[in-house]
Amino acid sequence: MAYNKITNQDIAYLKTIVDQQDFLEGDAISEDFGKDELGTVSGKPDVMMYVKSAEEVSKIMKYANEHLIPVVVRGSGTGLVGACVPLFGGIIINTSKMNHILELDESNLTLTVEPGVLLMEIYDYVEPKGYFYAPDPGEKSATIGGNIATNAGGMRAVKYGVTRDWVRALEVVLPNGDIEWLGRKVVKDSTGYPLKQLMIGSEGTLGIITKAILKLDPKPVESISLLVPFPTEQEGLDAVPEIIKAKVSPTAIEFFERQTILFAEEFLGKKFPDTKSDSYILLTFEGKTKEELNYNYQLAADVCLNQLGATDVFIVDTEERKESVWKARGAFLEAIKASTTQMDECDVVVPRSEIANYIKFTYDLAEKYQIRIPSFGHAGDGNLHIYICKDAYSNTEFEEKLSAIFDEMYKKARAVGGLVSGEHGIGYAKKAYMKEVLGENQVRLMKGIKAVFDPNDILNPGKVVE
Amino acid sequence: MNIVVCIKQVPASSDVKIDPVTGVLIRDGNNTKMNPYDLYGIETALRIKEQNGATIKTITMGPPPAKAVLQESLWMGCDEAMLISDRKFGGADVVATAYTISQGIRKLGDFDLIVCGKQTTDGDTAQVGAEMAEYLGIPHIAYVEKVLEVKEKSIVVRASMDKTIETFEVMFPCLITIDKGHVTPRLPSYKRGKTMENTNIPMITFQDVIDQDETHYGLKGSPTQVERMFPPERNTDKIVLEGTVPEQVDRLTEILKDKKYI
Repeated sequence: MAYNKITNQDIAYLKTIVDQQDFLEGDAISEDFGKDELGTVSGKPDVMMYVKSAEEVSKIMKYANEHLIPVVVRGSGTGLVGACVPLFGGIIINTSKMNHILELDESNLTLTVEPGVLLMEIYDYVEPKGYFYAPDPGEKSATIGGNIATNAGGMRAVKYGVTRDWVRALEVVLPNGDIEWLGRKVVKDSTGYPLKQLMIGSEGTLGIITKAILKLDPKPVESISLLVPFPTEQEGLDAVPEIIKAKVSPTAIEFFERQTILFAEEFLGKKFPDTKSDSYILLTFEGKTKEELNYNYQLAADVCLNQLGATDVFIVDTEERKESVWKARGAFLEAIKASTTQMDECDVVVPRSEIANYIKFTYDLAEKYQIRIPSFGHAGDGNLHIYICKDAYSNTEFEEKLSAIFDEMYKKARAVGGLVSGEHGIGYAKKAYMKEVLGENQVRLMKGIKAVFDPNDILNPGKVVE
Repeated sequence: MNIVVCIKQVPASSDVKIDPVTGVLIRDGNNTKMNPYDLYGIETALRIKEQNGATIKTITMGPPPAKAVLQESLWMGCDEAMLISDRKFGGADVVATAYTISQGIRKLGDFDLIVCGKQTTDGDTAQVGAEMAEYLGIPHIAYVEKVLEVKEKSIVVRASMDKTIETFEVMFPCLITIDKGHVTPRLPSYKRGKTMENTNIPMITFQDVIDQDETHYGLKGSPTQVERMFPPERNTDKIVLEGTVPEQVDRLTEILKDKKYI
């Protein structure tokens, strides 16, 4: 698609839509807005507009659609697949100032928010009131708009599902500027094609979210985590499917290696409570009463000790203990990043029964390509975060290795019944791999959907499907 | 080497509630934890034990449910535990508390080192450790952030005072109070807990202590009169930095230095 270059006339009009301080152009836009946390893909926007209402977004889209100017939406920019990179220049719509919590509806158990509200602000708002928004991605400074756009998952997915399961309705601006409510404040919905669900996970290619009605639950009163050390990685990994089989319904099952903890210790300047073992599983349990909680965690602890070869089971029960463990867990990504010169990530998701084999496969790859491939992840839901670290390799060497490793990893994922992305999305970086795994036919259907929503291909062009 | 660690059960949340009529702290029996500073005390003792060999006994004063923190100390690696509990000990201020625990410690037998948390998160006075040492007639060092060396007859510690960092060598028997340092306290072990399930935790009551003068204990032994209790006001001050980025960075650096974060 050929786009029009932004002209002075365009700028003059666009400036009338938002407040003066919310309009930036050319070099006044920091380079940071040309990329996301992936870092390796970047673009240069012509203008960036901080929006404050759906009406402003609508006016921008209507104009951009008529004048064939590409538009990319951006929240906190914490994505990992280049989804908010303005590949073709044009306009960045920045939603970070649409950051108001609009309504807590205690009768319908919903929270209505603007897209720029940060995930951590949602927790801080609802939890003291006794409510609970379950999705729990590692990056708490991400916006809820971005979370919905990528269908973010997080650590509690094992028990509570992902962002998709916690969205009741969305107000979206379509690429032609129309404002539509998809879904409603209702629990059930069999009313036609689920357009809301199509919008969730569409990575800013089908529409721009301007309001979201989120589902809430009463907050579980009690929670406890168990840090379970295993003498080897193998034993730690083999334990995961067994814990699932034990019917103890944990909220989260996280797997990590000793080395990752050491990176986090260095990164945070804070010691982890135990680093004596090669691998760890972190289990979390939530319950309405202490009795329920104790019953479940003791059952799991006994299984780990008596059947799975765990060397111990450590109790993570108080605020301080949770912080000492979960803070490190939350910092793993940044800590690995800080341990190397550059890295690329793979967030494949495989059936949970395949987790152990898959991680072992990455150990083999590390050996084969003589490169560091640390990983950690949501073992309980089959979603792994695997990082290929550049370290001392040259750019060319790294690119070559990376490409070969990714090919092997996605091929393996496909072979064991997995998918390309569990929660980070496809964006720019994973398009080719998605095509490989899903096949031409499904990509054709996706392209058709994209064409219905955005016939001029002006919204986030070059992403997910081209 | 015999080490005694003094610990306390405190409310699990800093969001404390005060009864508006009686002005007394409402203690929710279900929502308690070990005083966070005591975790560092236990960790300090356990590290000494690992390096030098020692027997660690934990002691607490409180109502019978306070046994939970003693059990937790056993799960963390301590060897024995003892509860000081009697209605006659109730309503104690810092002086009466320090006196009562010192009486309890006398019942524990010989000791080389007493370790306390710097303060508790409910009372926040940081006085009980020092007063106990006075009652026991032994030297004490407060605000210890690290044990540097354990010698045969003495211990070398580093204490972080308001404006200085000081190193002390103290002869045994002595008492130290531990500040949160650069270590992270270990977690309670479920496995160890299982093996210690049947460990008896003895209870010391008024009739067991050497000094049988009731006016030295509890409310009667407390010179402090509490007129009113109220939760502290929350400080929600915010500073918004203005100016150019370099100016803001300079100002931020000043603030952080001022607060001793850097």
